[in-house]
Amino acid sequence: MIRYIEPAAAILLALLWISPLVFAFWAAFHDVSDAVNFRLTAPLTLENFRTAWDGAPWLRYFLNTFMLVTLILAGQFLLCTLAGFAFAQTEFRGRDALFILVLMQLFILPEVLIVENYRVAASLGLLDSILGIGAPYMASAFGIFLMRQAFKSVPKDLDEAARVEGCGTLGVLWRVYVPAARPTYLAYALVSVATHWNNFLWPLIVTNSPSTRPLTVGLSLFGAPENGVDISVISAATVMVIAPLLICFLIFQRQFVQAFLTAGVK
Amino acid sequence: MTDAFTLERRRRALHGWLLLSPALIMLTAFAFYPSLATMVTSLWSRGTRRNPAEFVGLENYRYLFDDPTFWQVAGNNLSYALVTIPTSMALALIMALWANSKLPARGFVRTAYFTPTVLPMIAAANLWLFFYTPSFGILNQIGALFGAGPVNWLGEPETALWAICVVTIWKEAGFFMIFYLAALQTIPPDLKEAAEIEGASRWTYTRRIVLPLLMPTTLFILVNAMINSVKLIDHLFILTKGGPSDSSKLILYYIWENAFAYFDRPSAAAMTVLVLALMGALAAFQFLVLDRRVHYR
Repeated sequence: MIRYIEPAAAILLALLWISPLVFAFWAAFHDVSDAVNFRLTAPLTLENFRTAWDGAPWLRYFLNTFMLVTLILAGQFLLCTLAGFAFAQTEFRGRDALFILVLMQLFILPEVLIVENYRVAASLGLLDSILGIGAPYMASAFGIFLMRQAFKSVPKDLDEAARVEGCGTLGVLWRVYVPAARPTYLAYALVSVATHWNNFLWPLIVTNSPSTRPLTVGLSLFGAPENGVDISVISAATVMVIAPLLICFLIFQRQFVQAFLTAGVK
Repeated sequence: MTDAFTLERRRRALHGWLLLSPALIMLTAFAFYPSLATMVTSLWSRGTRRNPAEFVGLENYRYLFDDPTFWQVAGNNLSYALVTIPTSMALALIMALWANSKLPARGFVRTAYFTPTVLPMIAAANLWLFFYTPSFGILNQIGALFGAGPVNWLGEPETALWAICVVTIWKEAGFFMIFYLAALQTIPPDLKEAAEIEGASRWTYTRRIVLPLLMPTTLFILVNAMINSVKLIDHLFILTKGGPSDSSKLILYYIWENAFAYFDRPSAAAMTVLVLALMGALAAFQFLVLDRRVHYR
């Protein structure tokens, strides 16, 4: 008897854990009165998706989010690769002190600095632009740390061999270190995309037009009470927004989990 | 000979600085300079068209400490941290132990626990709206089955903050689980065999062997959970907007409100400085205390 309690509890918790998602899918595909009264035999409908789709420029939001995560990832790869390489493989005075300074940024969250970051973005003319949303996240201390760890584990002989072959510093970085760190790049990319696809507060502050707004901000405006949309339509919009990432996650689950682990456990 | 050597070293140092400069420029623009600017702003009065801002020393802090809302918000955030951190960590540990044991449907269980992690907080809030809505919300429908009266979960000062906490726990537990899961998989199986030979029960094995081995992971998660208890506020925008009567308002939301709804930048800056100080203390704790102990791995 007691042997069955634990598996039952584990599965019960799992069901409980995905129930908000299940209910959202249920509501999204049913008429609102059928949805809230749980008429199990009620017909399925796509009407909610049609209403939601017509209610906001979703295609534009998708495009904005897509451009945003791509831009951030490109910026992070470039800046963190160069900085991580500098910290891992070059020597100069003050390097370690500088590294600690960079690590401090792990605790100075961009989210907390919204007040002054807004002023910096304004003075650089970056308000209401995709670059403005992405800029504070590009030189990520976390990414620099991650790349430094990855580059440190590259064998020194490979480096020296490439130099003997006549590669300069950047050549060595490009030919030896970057290929060797490919798994770290993949992990970092997954974490970065998932994080910024979902980011909300800073994009909310910086953007004020549909042409720059990412999905999360669009979704929050769409579901606002003054908009008067019912729960089925909100659910449909939510399902639409989370679908791409959710599908990717279900397909590449192992890589996702592995990525969060590589990124989290130092 | 020495000259060539010095020259080479200088060249390498120069390369180091050149490689670092793009990242340093960006970090300065969006982390170091804003941190300092926040401190400066917090010492100046709020400028208007007629009265330009002037240096007021710690006046903004005094004003903040006299503001009952600030204390309520700080108290809310403390409750938020004290509820969400231990609960999500305990759940994460249980989930990891289950996901690591030989349960049936283990793959499904693991996926179900982890899925909330990949959703945006805004979407999570929309999902939970369906649970909390007063007239037809699922919680009230379930309550009605047992004869309980309807509760306006998000509209009552007594329940709003807890409703917010539940969403946070739901979002975080699965994320923390994977760190525990990874740590559990590094525990050598011989330890379990040895414990079984000694006749130790599973509970004893978990408490005496597994939990101590998970200590570094627990501390790592703890620091992350503490950061998140400041950072995770997106769902407030959907669910309560800090209300009713500030009962579910958290610090970062209040900073946002002061800066971008009331246009009171000095107050927002003063609060930001307090949060930064807290984060600095956390950083010191992590680097000076935890890293020493954790790094034996």
